[in-house]
Amino acid sequence: MSRLQSRFAELKQQNRAALVTFVTAGDPNYDASLAILKGLPAAGADVIELGMPFTDPMADGPAIQLANIRALAAKQNLAKTLQMVREFREGEQDTPLVLMGYFNPIHKYGVERFISEAKESGVDGLIVVDLPPEHNVDLCDPAQAAGLDFIRLTTPTTDDARLPKVLNGSSGFVYYVSVAGVTGAGAATLEHVEQAVARLRRHTELPISIGFGIRTPEHAATIARLADGVVVGSALIDQIAHAEDSEQAVQGVLSLCRDLADGVRNARL
Amino acid sequence: MTSLCSGPDANGLFGSFGGQYVAETLMPLIHDLAAEYEKAKLDPEFAKELAYFQRDYVGRPSPLYFAERLTEHCGGAKIYLKREELNHTGAHKINNCIGQILLARRMGKKRIIAETGAGMHGVATATVAARFGLDCVIYMGTTDIERQQANVFRMKLLGATVIPVVAGTGTLKDAMNEALRDWVTNVDSTFYLIGTVAGPHPYPAMVRDFQAVIGKETREQMQTQEGRLPDSLVACIGGGSNAMGLFHPFLDDKDVQIVGVEAAGYGIDTGKHAASLNGGVPGVLHGNRTFLLQDDDGQIIDAHSISAGLDYPGIGPEHAWLYDIGRVEYTSVTDQEALDAFHKCCRLEGIIPALESAHALAEVFKRAPTLPKEHLMVVNLSGRGDKDMQTVMHHMGELENQA
Repeated sequence: MSRLQSRFAELKQQNRAALVTFVTAGDPNYDASLAILKGLPAAGADVIELGMPFTDPMADGPAIQLANIRALAAKQNLAKTLQMVREFREGEQDTPLVLMGYFNPIHKYGVERFISEAKESGVDGLIVVDLPPEHNVDLCDPAQAAGLDFIRLTTPTTDDARLPKVLNGSSGFVYYVSVAGVTGAGAATLEHVEQAVARLRRHTELPISIGFGIRTPEHAATIARLADGVVVGSALIDQIAHAEDSEQAVQGVLSLCRDLADGVRNARL
Repeated sequence: MTSLCSGPDANGLFGSFGGQYVAETLMPLIHDLAAEYEKAKLDPEFAKELAYFQRDYVGRPSPLYFAERLTEHCGGAKIYLKREELNHTGAHKINNCIGQILLARRMGKKRIIAETGAGMHGVATATVAARFGLDCVIYMGTTDIERQQANVFRMKLLGATVIPVVAGTGTLKDAMNEALRDWVTNVDSTFYLIGTVAGPHPYPAMVRDFQAVIGKETREQMQTQEGRLPDSLVACIGGGSNAMGLFHPFLDDKDVQIVGVEAAGYGIDTGKHAASLNGGVPGVLHGNRTFLLQDDDGQIIDAHSISAGLDYPGIGPEHAWLYDIGRVEYTSVTDQEALDAFHKCCRLEGIIPALESAHALAEVFKRAPTLPKEHLMVVNLSGRGDKDMQTVMHHMGELENQA
C-alpha cells in the first residue's frame, strides 16, 4: 500500500477528512522552507503538496506566482527540491508528500532521472498541472510504472464524457479544482461542491480532495464534511508573503496549519 | 513522398513538437475549439464569409511588389516584397484575427481576449472585436506598453480594455500567461484569440491556415508576374505566424529555398536575444512542446529583441519541426543589423518597415548580393513601421549622444 493509500484509509477509519497543505519549495528560502516542511505533520497536515518553482506558473494566481518568484530568487531548483524531500524524510516516514508543478523543469531535468530520484528521495506522488491525460506518455505512465502516484486535477469544465479519461490513470487521490480559475481565486458554492463530489463518486473509488479558494478553518471544516481531503495553499503562502523574516514565515504557516487542522478534525464531530 | 503540409497529427503534434500541454480546465475548451474549427473548415459559408472580409475589410490580396531599388542596391537576386504591411491595421496579424473572430461568433462567444507584444495583434484583435460588437480585453506587458504607446492608444480608441502585465519582464510571454489565467477563469463567455502559430493545438494549425493566404497569393502572383515559382522565401520569426503563412504553401516545393530569420538581439553569444531555435533547446511552455530559451533548471529566460513583436522565448511548434527535419533554414539577425536594414528600406523603397520585418530585410541584404540575377526572392514585409518611430528615434538619439 502506498503512503497516500494508507493515509486516506486511516483517516477514513477515523471518519475525518485529510488536511492537504500546499507550499512552494524554497519559499522564502531553502532553510525556512525546510523548517516549514518538517513542521507541517506536527501542525496537522495529513498530506503535503510541495510546489516545484517555475518562472511561468500559468494556472496560478498572484499568491503562488509570488511564491515562485521568491523561491527562484533564493536559487531553488529541482535538485534542491528533491534534496529537501530527502531531508524531510529523515525524520518523517508516514506523511505522504506530493510534488506539484509544471512540466518544463522536469522535462529539462530528464524524465527518467527525475522519476528515479523522486522515488529514491521519498516522493509519493506527482501533480503536473500542464500534463492532461492526452500526454500520459510524457510522464504519467513511466512515473506510475516506477510506483509514484499520479494525481489528476478535475475541474468544473471536465464533463461526464471526459471524466473517465481523466480518472483513468489517476492514482493516490483525485484533486477537484472547485472553481474555474487560478489558484487562490474565489470559492465555489457548497451546492456546487456537493454536486461535484457526488458526480466524481459515481466515476471513482479514489479519495477526493477539494481545493481552490479555501482560506479559513471554518471554510475548511465545511468542505471536510463533504470530501475526503481539503487543500489549502494560497492562504498558507500569504503567511510567508506577509512575514517580516524567515522565523515569522515558518511560525505563520504552522500556526495557520494548526488552526486549519482543528477545523478539519472537528468538522464531523 | 508524404506531404510536409499534412501536419499536425490527431494529437496536435508536428513530429515531437506541439501538443496540448494545458491545465485540465482548458482541455474541454480547446477540444471544443478544435471541433468547431474542423466543422468551419468544411463549411462553404464560412469560406465565403472569410473571403469577403479578407477582400473588402482587410484589403486582400496584398501586392507582390518588385523592389527594383533594393534589387539594384544588392546587385544580385531579384527581390519581391509581399506587402502585408498594406493590410488594414498595418500588418499580417489581421488575417488570423478575421478568421478567429468569425469562429468566435459561430461559437456564440461574447468576449474576446488576446495577448500582444508589439501591439499589432492587439490592435488587429481590437479592430475585429469592434467590427463584430464583441467585448475585448488585451493583455500587454508593461515594458511593451512603454515602447508601443501609439498602439496602446489605438486599442483604446477601438474600445478595447488594455490590461498591463507587470509579471516577469512585462513582455509577450508574461502577457500570454495572464491571458491564459483569464481564460481559465472565464471559460464560458470567452474566446482566446491567440496571435501566433503557438499555444495548444489547434492554435498552431488554425493560425497557420488563416495566415497561409499569404503564401497562396504569393504562389499565384509569382506565376503571373514571372511565370514560375520563387527560388527563395525569407521571413522574420518571433512566434512565427507571418513566416508560417508564407512558407506553408511552399513546403512541398523542394526547389524553393525557405529561410526563417530569428532575432539575435545583441548577439546570440551574449545571451540577450530571442532566437529560440538558434539559441534554445526543446521544452514545454504555453501549451506546446517547442524550442525555448531556458536555463539549466528549465526556467524560462526572458527574450531580448529591439522588436517587441519578436521578443518571445519560444517559437511555433511547426517551425521547431521544420528546423528539426531541416526543411527550413533558420538564421538570425542582430538588433543593429535590423536597424540598418530598416533605414535602407526607408531610403531605397520609400517603405517604412516594421522592425520585425526589418529582420527579414537584413537577411536579404546579406544573401541577395551573392545570388544570380535570375534568382527570385520573396520577402514577407509583414508589417509597417509607424509603431516603431519611438524605438528608432530613441536609438538614433543614443547614437548621437555617443558621437
